[in-house]
Amino acid sequence: MKAAPFDYVAPGSVAEALDTLAEAGGGATLLAGGQTLMPLLALRMSQPFIIVDINRIEGIRGIGHTADSTRIAAGTRQAVALADPQLGAAQPVFIRALGHVGHHQTRNRGTIGGSVSLGEPAAEMPAAAVALGAEIEIHSRDRGMRRVRAEDFYFGPYMTALEPDELVTAIHYPRWPADTLTVFREVAQRPGDFALVGLVGAVHVANGKVARAGLAWFGMGPTPIRARQAEAALLGTAAGSIDCRAIAELAVADTAPFDDSHATSHYRRSVGRRVFARTLDEALKTRQAA
Amino acid sequence: MSEHAIEVTVNGQRVGARVEARRTLGDFLRLDAGFTGTHLGCEHGVCGACTVIVDGLAVRSCLMLAVQADGAEVTTIEGLAAPDGTLNPVQQAMRDNHALQCGFCTPGVVCTMTAVMADGETTKDGLIAAMSGHICRCTGYQGIRRAIRQLTGNAGPAGEHA
Repeated sequence: MKAAPFDYVAPGSVAEALDTLAEAGGGATLLAGGQTLMPLLALRMSQPFIIVDINRIEGIRGIGHTADSTRIAAGTRQAVALADPQLGAAQPVFIRALGHVGHHQTRNRGTIGGSVSLGEPAAEMPAAAVALGAEIEIHSRDRGMRRVRAEDFYFGPYMTALEPDELVTAIHYPRWPADTLTVFREVAQRPGDFALVGLVGAVHVANGKVARAGLAWFGMGPTPIRARQAEAALLGTAAGSIDCRAIAELAVADTAPFDDSHATSHYRRSVGRRVFARTLDEALKTRQAA
Repeated sequence: MSEHAIEVTVNGQRVGARVEARRTLGDFLRLDAGFTGTHLGCEHGVCGACTVIVDGLAVRSCLMLAVQADGAEVTTIEGLAAPDGTLNPVQQAMRDNHALQCGFCTPGVVCTMTAVMADGETTKDGLIAAMSGHICRCTGYQGIRRAIRQLTGNAGPAGEHA
């Protein structure tokens, strides 16, 4: 349970970090909060030659708002984001999901960028980014800056569009209208555990009809999965006449859950179907009550 | 593999050491600094036994490298009681409520509660939520919950389960 030996550098700036990554030729691994990487090192599932610790880079922490989006710098600690009242008001769906990430002790170290960019299929942050339509801001020394839509970022478990010489510097979350409904439910064996089934999303109703919907699953396949058919069926439908069970059927049709020691794919589909219908129904009822 | 000279303030004492990059903060505290009150259970971030306070925050010391703590202030279980041995309020509440059995998870539990309360958390539910980051393999959770109730002024009648 001890990590294999590695070299360690702690650059003081993004430019310095990008230089190190470019020169390492794929042999370097970024260390952000370490709450996923450190276990992988201890179990020797990851054996990098060089660890590039980005915790000493002040410039990749902080949260900024514009009229239509929120930029969260990648190194922002989960606990800091969770306690930020302005962020809570601007991005309620994101904050709801963030409260389920790990435990108090891991959120004190874990970062938003780390959780988004690792691509753990059962994690909340990648699915929230997909559901909300977030964009991931990426830098490299040789190709400068690019932005990738979250839904184009995830290829498989821990496999993403991120190249070995690239660093995620921020996530941009669009601001949804103030009266957007939050859709969130996670089924896990204990609070803080990885989700067996999870659902995160936002639904906006205008003039009585669904004007915008972003819904994504986690723990239901090799990546976070956008429930496209469900979103399409919701759009334009009168909020009072939504058949939540039928929408849930469509949502489950887009998933590709797997069997593991915690649950079978059949269990995940069956629970997912019920959880989706109930959670959507409850979200729509909060609107009627308001 | 690289080695690094680090200096960490542990319980008010400055501790200097030369460590391999892969040395965790938990191993540094036990093997280099000699504070063996920090208990390493699973060594991969699941059990919470190794929790210590780094710059005021409860963190798992197995999920942080010693080199990352260079310049930091770390408080371990040894640093919580007053110099004359008077227990801090969390330790006292744990003792009053028989909230430890084998005691292996206790240093981490006490560090989390101390840090969370110092950060202004005074509610029973808030403290219990923070306890989700700890596993007591004796399953002695009822005593820990009673200690939390005492700390937050929610003590029930004698003999009642928490």
